[in-house]
Amino acid sequence: MAETISLEVLRYSPEHDAEPSFQRYDVPVHKDWVVLDALNYIKDKVDGSLTFRWSCRMGICGSCGMMVNGEPKLTCATFLSDYAGDGSPVRVQPLRYFPVIRDLVVEITDFMSKLQSVKPWLIRGDEKPVSEGEYLQTPDQLDRYKQFSMCINCLLCYAACPVYGLDPVFIGPAAIALAQRYNMDSRDEGAHERMDVLAQHEGIWGCTFVGECTQVCPKHVDPAGAIQQYKLTATIERFKSFLMPWSKNEAAEK
Amino acid sequence: MSNTQQAARYTEYHPRWYRTHVSTWWWLARWPYLKFILREISSVFVAWFVVVLLLQIRALSHGPDAYARFEHWLQNPGIVLLNLIALFFVVFHAITWFNLTPRAMVVRLRGKRVPDRWIVSANYAAWAAVSLVVVWFLVRS
Repeated sequence: MAETISLEVLRYSPEHDAEPSFQRYDVPVHKDWVVLDALNYIKDKVDGSLTFRWSCRMGICGSCGMMVNGEPKLTCATFLSDYAGDGSPVRVQPLRYFPVIRDLVVEITDFMSKLQSVKPWLIRGDEKPVSEGEYLQTPDQLDRYKQFSMCINCLLCYAACPVYGLDPVFIGPAAIALAQRYNMDSRDEGAHERMDVLAQHEGIWGCTFVGECTQVCPKHVDPAGAIQQYKLTATIERFKSFLMPWSKNEAAEK
Repeated sequence: MSNTQQAARYTEYHPRWYRTHVSTWWWLARWPYLKFILREISSVFVAWFVVVLLLQIRALSHGPDAYARFEHWLQNPGIVLLNLIALFFVVFHAITWFNLTPRAMVVRLRGKRVPDRWIVSANYAAWAAVSLVVVWFLVRS
């Protein structure tokens, strides 16, 4: 018989529970099992009522982010064997700072509306006709934003950010990193439109540079870097608009 | 007005959900959070050294007697202890911020991003150079 490990999973049923409580499950440990495999084992063999989000099992869809022993993790990329040694149970909880709908599922509408507010798509002043071909880009131009484009919206960075926990109006790490992904794209002309949302207190200036968003990011996006770099850009733009008011008008007319 | 200016937005019709409140002591839960808070507090000690420097310049401008009184005040054990704590925090402030510089500062040479350790090293090199100039002034006199 395989070695077993205990999982303490946070359970919450909005119809029955006033507040969540932990439920303990024993699951077998296989060398190649991740925490998500253990949750699927529980759902299939032990307790079909356990509710959690998951999809691709390969760190692409960004659905299975949870707190594992208090750390934000993609459960599809967190191996059980890393926790099996000391005999203590592994605690699995929903992502911190988000409202819990049921068990391990959190409500993410707040993030979705914030993401939309920074216009994470290519904005063009003038669209050139298709007959003129693609907007070409050099490898160096791609390199400028590629890191930020790796974001999978898994929200681990929000669960690591105490600013978002204390002040939920903060736009947050992933949305700002994705705004930078388009700001730094040579094909994009929407930086001024995004600045209205980004360069306010709820945007970049809410960030106090704790830096944990970058540490927990499973795709090495470095949202903390994106925010600090944008602080510099916003400051330069503010001084430019103060010293040369006409330059901003030109940009707005473009 | 943007969507985010007034409050966090959640779906309009939702089942009953559970929210936790962030504890006042959240920064004690993890070492990186505590380190962040210590880094923030360190600015108070940076300000303290600025005050000491201003007091020193003021004493200097009031002549040798005032400066001797200032030096005597600096030898007070309480002030020595405070300055030692302040020195620890100022060094902590410098090191943590130097190490964070590459996050905020992206330098490109011939289209390629300069490695983070070069940016950090440049900060330490500048720190060493300024310190050497200060030491030179002190040794010369």
